[in-house]
Formats: sequence, C-alpha cells, structure tokens
Amino acid sequence: MSEARTKGLTRRALLSRAVAAGALAVTGVGFVAAPDAAWAVQVTAISEHQMATLLQMARDIYPHDRIGDRYYAIAVKGYDTPESAAMVAEGIAALDAAAQAAGHADYVSMGWEADRVAILRDMQDGAFFQTVRGGLVTGLYNQKEVWPIFGYEGESFSQGGYIDRGFDDIDWL
Amino acid sequence: MANAAKFELTDDSVVVIIGTGAGGGVLANELAQKGVKVVALEAGGRYLPEDYVNDEWDSFGQLAWTDPRTTSGDWRVAKDFGGLPAWIVKAVGGTTTHWAGASIRFQDHEWKALTTYGAVEGANLLDWPIDAAEMAPWYDLAEAKLGVTLTEGREGLPGNNNYKVFEAGAKALGYTEVHTGRMAINSADYDDRPACQQTGFCFQGCKWGAKWSSAYTDIPRGEATGNLEVRDHAHVARILHNDAGRVTGVEYFDRDGNLQFQAARIVAVAGNSFESPRLLLNSASDMFPDGLANSSGHVGRNYMRHTTGSVYGIFEKPVRMWRGTTMAGIMQDESRHDPARGFVGGYELETLALGLPFMAAFLDPGSWGREFTSALDQYEYMAGMWIVGEDMPQETNRVTLSDTVDRFGLRVANVNFSDHPNDVAMRNHAYERGQAMYRAMGATRTLPTPPYPSTHNLGTNRMSERPEDGVVNKWGQTHDIPNLFVSDGSQFTTGAAENPTLTIVALAIRQADHIAREMASGTL
Repeated sequence: MSEARTKGLTRRALLSRAVAAGALAVTGVGFVAAPDAAWAVQVTAISEHQMATLLQMARDIYPHDRIGDRYYAIAVKGYDTPESAAMVAEGIAALDAAAQAAGHADYVSMGWEADRVAILRDMQDGAFFQTVRGGLVTGLYNQKEVWPIFGYEGESFSQGGYIDRGFDDIDWL
Repeated sequence: MANAAKFELTDDSVVVIIGTGAGGGVLANELAQKGVKVVALEAGGRYLPEDYVNDEWDSFGQLAWTDPRTTSGDWRVAKDFGGLPAWIVKAVGGTTTHWAGASIRFQDHEWKALTTYGAVEGANLLDWPIDAAEMAPWYDLAEAKLGVTLTEGREGLPGNNNYKVFEAGAKALGYTEVHTGRMAINSADYDDRPACQQTGFCFQGCKWGAKWSSAYTDIPRGEATGNLEVRDHAHVARILHNDAGRVTGVEYFDRDGNLQFQAARIVAVAGNSFESPRLLLNSASDMFPDGLANSSGHVGRNYMRHTTGSVYGIFEKPVRMWRGTTMAGIMQDESRHDPARGFVGGYELETLALGLPFMAAFLDPGSWGREFTSALDQYEYMAGMWIVGEDMPQETNRVTLSDTVDRFGLRVANVNFSDHPNDVAMRNHAYERGQAMYRAMGATRTLPTPPYPSTHNLGTNRMSERPEDGVVNKWGQTHDIPNLFVSDGSQFTTGAAENPTLTIVALAIRQADHIAREMASGTL
C-alpha cells in the first residue's frame, strides 16, 4: 500500500469497534481496509492477513449478500487481542494449509465460496470454527445497524408500539 | 413499598416463601391479604416496567437466570445450550416478567392422565390427586386475578399479522377452535393495568404493564398490606429442620454475600422445577440423607418441559410477525386425546414471533451457510408458531446435584432429559400439521425448528395421592414434612397440553387458602 493511501486511511474516522474487508481487503501496515478506503480497521495483536481471513471466514459462515463487509469486520474485530492471537494464528494457519492442499495460495485467495465452504465443513467441529461461529450469532446479528437489512424494526415502545403502526396491516391474505 | 413489612430474622412466626413468580409471588400476596406474615426471598433483583428493555439480548442479560446449570441426556438443548437448559427469569416476579401470557385451563381428562391414557411403556404416568371440579373455582379466581381475555366476558385481543396468517391457515385445513387466545394481557384497561399497545417484546417484560406479572401486581399489593417483606438478592442455600423433623427456617446469602438464617413457621419452596428440587437435595441432613421430603426418592424426578418445537413459514409477501402481541393466537383442535394419531395426549399450536437476534440464535442452532442464511434473509416474510404438548413423565428425566458449584459453593442443578417416543411422535405430528397450515397459505418454505431452552419447567416434586408416588400431597404439602410446601410448577403430576402459568396461579391461590386455614386452626 502506498504512503498516500495509508495517509488517506488515517484521515478517515476509523470505525471504533472494527473494520472491514476480507478477501476483498487491501492490506496495509497495521490496517485492513476496503478497496475504496471507505473504512478500515486497525489490527494490533493479529496480522492483516489473519484479520482479512477471519472476515472472509465470517462471511462464508453466515453469508448475507446485502450485508457489507464492515459489519462482518465489526463482528470479528474482537479477536484482535493478545489473548486471542494464538487461537487465531493456529486457526488461520489450518485454513490456509487446507487451501494449499487444494491447490490454492491461501484461504482468502480461493475464488469460489463453495470451495471455501468445503474447507470449513471439514473443520466445523473444531474449537476454532465453533468459537468464531458462536461469536457471530451475537457479533453479527445483534448489530442494530444490520436489522433494517432484514426488515426488523427493533425497539417499539418509544413509538407507542404498533397499535397505530401496522400490527395488523397484512393485505394479501 | 411504603408499608412493606420488616421482620426479624429470629421471627419464627412468619411463612418463608422462596421465589416470587407465578407460584411464590401469588402465594405471598394471597397470604398477606389474609393477614399472614410473610418473608419472601428472591434470588434476583427488582425490575419494573420502566426498567424493561425492548431488546432481546439486553433484556436477557437483565432478567434471565444465567447462574450455572449443567445438562445431560439426548435432548438437543444439551448440545446447543449446555449451560442454559431453561430460559427463565431471576428477578422479583420470576418468569411472570417473561411469560407470553397464555392462560388456559387443563382439560378435564388431563387431571387423570394415567386413567385416561392407560399405562405407557417407559413413562411414569400418574393421576393428579385433584380434578377439574376441585380446581374450577380456583381457576375462576386465577382468571379474574390475571384478567384473562375471552373469560368472564372479557374481549379477545385483536389479531396481529402473524395471527392472521395462522388463523387463515388453520381454517383452510378445517380447524375450528382458532382464536387470539385466553391471554393475561389486557384487551381493555383492567385492574389498574392498561390495554395492550401491540408493542411486541412480551418476552422482555411488558413495558406497559398490560400483561399480568406478579412483579407489579401481587408483590406490591402484598407489601401494601404491611404483612409481606420481599428480600431481593437473597439466594437460599439450605432449609433447616429440628429433631422432630419440622423445618425451622432457611439459610440464605444476602446481597452482600453474607449467610443469614431466617426462622420460619412454614417454608414454601417456589424456585421452579430446577431450583426447588436442587434446594431440597442440597438440604440433606443426617435425618434426611437423601434430601428433604425425599423419602420416596422422587425429588428431582419426572422432569417435564412440554413437547415443544416451532414452525416458521416463509411467504411471497411480507408478514412482519414481530409486530404486536408475541403469542396471541391458538389452535386447539389437536389438544384432544386421540390415540389414533399415534400418541397419547394432545398439543396446542400457538403463534410465536422472535426478533431477528433471537431468530438467528434459535432458528437452527449450530447451523450455518446458505441453507441457514437464506432463511434468515426472509425474516420479514416469515410467520411463526410454537408447539406446546403434553410430554411423558419419566423417572430418568430428572434434576440431580451437579459436581459444578455456583459462586456460593453450592452444587448446581444438572438437568437430564431425553424425549419419550410419545413425545417424538407428537412433535412430528405437530410439525406436519403446522407446516400444512402455512403451505395452505402459500408458504414457499417451511422450517420445523427444534425446541428452545425450556420455558415450561414442570414436575420434579410431583403431587401424588400416596407418599410413595411423589413428593407433595394435594395441597402441595410435602408428604414427609408437614410445614414444608412446594408452590411452583414442580408440583405438577403431569404436564397437560396447556401453558402452565394459570394452573400454577390457581394452585397457589388454593394453597394460600389452605395454609391460612390450617394456621388459624393451629394445625400448622
């Protein structure tokens, strides 16, 4: 990544809890960023490659094509800690080894989701996979920002409930 | 709480009640109204409607019992939620903060399951020592207390989107007993509680107070008599007894973690079907080496959780099932006993909606990939229903003491559960019927969803005519110790097909009447 590009990233407000990008990510020194540099996540305890791989893995576990990478990045950002670093290193190394055994450079460079999923299926009973998957259940789906993508409206008491806002407005029966 | 009583730890004239939910909370108020002095000990904190939050995980963190428990058996909950066998509440008001509000009486024959169904291999069926006629007046009082809709001339709740799909599907299959339910949720202002505002989030505590909960009805009313003291953050460790085999009071850890002893004339246990047997077992002594009230060996046995499961349907057009009352819809045609279906007992189908976060957690726990996410992507187009049917009591489905201990060093409950073949047959029948209802309305995909962590926790201190068959008699009084009562769903001899809260409340009102009468006569 160029010096200018890195500066460009730093001028932007980095997402406080996490960041972005997975297989699509551009990796810089200490950052994983979106290709258009619209957002970025800084990594400290794990490598850019590991963060990018975690993000792709998260997307492959719970793929929602209308949910942007930044939400998945938020969901896995919590693994960028000294406590998690060894688990992440071991888990990502296993993913990459499996990818290499299948003739690819590494996990994130595998082009087809089905090929990556086949690798995940082989390791789905392991602790690393289960930790990441389990964490995503709340880490991804409990982000209020993704709820509208599913149509879910969240809190309603402050708006008086739905008694005057369509609790019985179904019109196709 | 201006008039709330304050009793001395040494006051051995009080009735000590452990737990403040549908059983304990009601018993506390009913006794207080009759002039009986009561100390209610509640492990959780005190939360009121202004404290409840319209957010599934935040509310779970606020209200749910998340102290350690362990699990075993072949039920899927043990694999997916091994430390969380039940989704129930640790707070003043207990699970009446979380419950859906469905309030239906047992069918007459369900009080006599053994007689009606006959012996079922592998099951431990027994008739209740009480019957429908005995319970009818107590049900009347319970329905009035809770303000149950579609009883006593009260209007039903209006049907929401989820109900409308459910009703149309049921009627398309020829079902006739379909309505918005007998619900302890006001359809009009009643008893100082407002009408339902169709907010959703019934499971997270009703912020309007439109749903009945002992937290903001029976508890404060009992306190207002000056006869009830509720101590929250009071975790009971043991029930003690004297050489005559009578209980004398309870040891509990107070909010500061200090061990206290509260003397008692009578002790009533109402901690739910896990904590109540756990407490009796943890109270073992030289005189009662197998635990209190356990001469029969039945304490902890015959745990029931209802045969449950959910069915979700995905449609071409939006449903938005989360809008409005969470469970105001029921189809009762399958609740009859009809062995021609391949199982004994019956089941109800009831509308149910989860929010997006809980749908992600419970739709198919452990599942991942596009089979899972393509369903969740259609969340806005989903309708949902819940199965609640009678499950078979089995001696080996039981609560025992785990080797795991809680923060006080007390052994926690291990919950062992495996389905009986009758449970499996019933669930499969219900899955098929529920999916047929949605397909009749044009569902493009249906999802037979596995049972959630239990919300209906029954048995484990069951009621029996003969002391050798159970733990308590027809008053909820333990067979072994006359001044020790059980006041929650753990008394249930069998589970019936109905949501249990109304029956727990009716039993508590009846038990209060009995205890007050016996105290007045000097028998207790």
